[in-house]
Amino acid sequence: MFRRVLGWVSNRAGLDGARDFLKHKTVPAHSGALWYYFGGVTLFLFVIQVLTGMLLLLYYRPTPTEAFESVQFIVTQVEFGWLIRSVHSWAANLMVLTALIHMFSVFFLKAYRKPRELTWLSGIALLFLTLAFGFSGYLLPWNTLAYFATKVGTDMGGAVPVVGSFLRRFLRGGEEVTGATLTRFFGFHVAVLPGLTTLLLLAHLALVQKWGISSPKRQGESAPAMPFYPNFVLRELIGWYGALAVLGTLAALFPWELGTKADPFAPAPAGIRPEWYFLAMFFTLKLIPSKVLVFDGEVLGVLVFGLAAVGWMLMPFWDNRSENERRHRMLTGLGIFVIAYLAVFSVLGYWG
Amino acid sequence: MTLAMTAIRLALLGGALAAGLAAQTGKDSCVACHGALEGSLAEPTAAFQHDVHKVRGFSCVDCHGGDPTALDPETSMSRARGFKGKIDRRAIPELCARCHSDATLIHRFNPRQRVDQLAQYRTSVHGRRLAAGDTRVANCVDCHGVHDIREVRDPLSPVHPLRLPETCARCHSDSDHMKGYGIATDQFEKYRRSVHWEALSRRGDFSAPSCATCHGNHGAAPPGVATVAHVCGSCHAVFENLFTKSPHKKAFDELGMPGCVVCHGNHEVAKPTMALVGVQPGSLCLNCHVEGDKGRQAAEFMRSRIDELATVLDGSEEILKRAERSGMEVSPALVELSGGRESLIRAKVELHGFDPVLMDGSVKKGLEIAAAARRAGEKALQERDFRRKGLLLSLTAIGVTMAGLWLAVRELERRSKKG
Repeated sequence: MFRRVLGWVSNRAGLDGARDFLKHKTVPAHSGALWYYFGGVTLFLFVIQVLTGMLLLLYYRPTPTEAFESVQFIVTQVEFGWLIRSVHSWAANLMVLTALIHMFSVFFLKAYRKPRELTWLSGIALLFLTLAFGFSGYLLPWNTLAYFATKVGTDMGGAVPVVGSFLRRFLRGGEEVTGATLTRFFGFHVAVLPGLTTLLLLAHLALVQKWGISSPKRQGESAPAMPFYPNFVLRELIGWYGALAVLGTLAALFPWELGTKADPFAPAPAGIRPEWYFLAMFFTLKLIPSKVLVFDGEVLGVLVFGLAAVGWMLMPFWDNRSENERRHRMLTGLGIFVIAYLAVFSVLGYWG
Repeated sequence: MTLAMTAIRLALLGGALAAGLAAQTGKDSCVACHGALEGSLAEPTAAFQHDVHKVRGFSCVDCHGGDPTALDPETSMSRARGFKGKIDRRAIPELCARCHSDATLIHRFNPRQRVDQLAQYRTSVHGRRLAAGDTRVANCVDCHGVHDIREVRDPLSPVHPLRLPETCARCHSDSDHMKGYGIATDQFEKYRRSVHWEALSRRGDFSAPSCATCHGNHGAAPPGVATVAHVCGSCHAVFENLFTKSPHKKAFDELGMPGCVVCHGNHEVAKPTMALVGVQPGSLCLNCHVEGDKGRQAAEFMRSRIDELATVLDGSEEILKRAERSGMEVSPALVELSGGRESLIRAKVELHGFDPVLMDGSVKKGLEIAAAARRAGEKALQERDFRRKGLLLSLTAIGVTMAGLWLAVRELERRSKKG
């Protein structure tokens, strides 16, 4: 009976073709292949975010008078609410981490080379969307730290040359961080960003499928391969379970703190800092003097960061000759420098 | 002597010349002359530059009389022109009151300024003694200064809240000066060890009491035995109310004991601690109450109940904090617990009614809150343990699944190598 039902579904849904496709699809199996699993883990964490986010929506209320209380209700009164909220917060952070690892592994393996420029561009855009998810979601519990960190964060947006003041007003929904900002961030977090991310994610996955997973140049076309199904899928599944174990451990042993309710009239508490993934930028901007020659220090800093991000994004276009060994080493050095800078300045930003 | 007289005449001549110059430039000849002199005759002119009266347009002549427009000292300081010279100490209060008791004049400068200082002063010990001929007692200038009088809010004024105790102490801590008055001279020393001085000087709370708050300023008089509770009660109204209704009130009155100061002292009011209450050595209750009397039993009961509430609150807080350190969200319970702390404070206040039944109401309420907070803390810790057990089970299941998948992958790869 079961076989008959399965056969009917397979026939009507055209699963035979999919099975056939999976049977013949292969992925490279070389020493650096382990890094490719981080893309899948990032996808897994995104799915977790969507699922836990939907559950949180059942209770969360995006108004300044109710936001904090509703999150407090979720973590203290709702059955397993603490777990859902904690998993959502931790998964957001792990997702940024795995997305960064995925990006740097693509960078060091030079997987962005022709013809995968669009895959790289869509991936970088997805990373920015992930950061935007983090930034908008951070404010939603409406607690003191989040409130003042959002103030600092949107102020940084205000330092963008030319459009800065418009951007700050647009993000805040006014001149100050208020209930209008909360409603706006909620809208970004649960509607705008998920929509954009889903579209870009589908495009990213389609491009990965179209051009396949890249092999390092030195392997050439003779790179060993393994069947996508079941070998790669099972290995990926192990990675997902590993991520689930880490996520569960963090959520259970270190439940995400709620803090105290934001009071817009209270002075900013000491030690206000953004989420860890903005710390390096935050600390660098703090170090820049208020005036550098005739330029405003903060504006100059934001401009330099913006140009660096554009340069990094356009990597496949100006690194179209990385087969040149000297240039290859120089780029690898640049990647190591960027990682060292992010790590050191994030630590300094945390302690400083 | 002749030499000295010649020197004074020369000085006066110099002053007259200066006065002549002053007249030409429209200046006050008192200031011009005395400014050119030396020593104590010149001091008033320098000091008067900062005086509030100078700032408001008054000058030497308003107190000392004379004619500041006359160039010749003989004329400007002549009795015929109303010159009074150095003011007799007994005449000072009336002299100041000429303006300060005149509401029409004073309210032109400060509508909130009182004008009853002289009337008050006459009721004070200082005023009564002065009227009786004792010129060693304080009058206006002893506290406010003579030629350098400043507004009370000016930190340089001797009667600014921060400087007032020191100003009173100039006489009251001087054993030679106070000889014959039969009062102690250690008030200032004691006051500087009190909670009131700490509040005033360290916390900068200018509303904290100093000498004048309890004794009055212009109407300075020591509060008597019967009125001391009212003096304390002018700030500590709740305590006064409780004490007035307490059994101690009647007993103290009968024994001629002042109220609050019996336990708290007067000038050296120390920070009250629970060590003052109870039947343990050092307790103040034992000063009057003996073994077996009702008061002693009440003291023992009240102390034990307050200790019990404090201990239970600490215990509940410790459990909640432990849960909080484990990442549990217990902030609502901690807020509730602060209500228990309020009950403890209320019980300590109600202690001043010396009625165990009255006080125990707050203790019971506090104990109920503490018990609820403790239950919330214990529940949070149970929940934490439940989460950890759940995590262990989940990790085991995940670990087993991962191991199974890994074995399956290995088997697949082994087969594909063979095949």
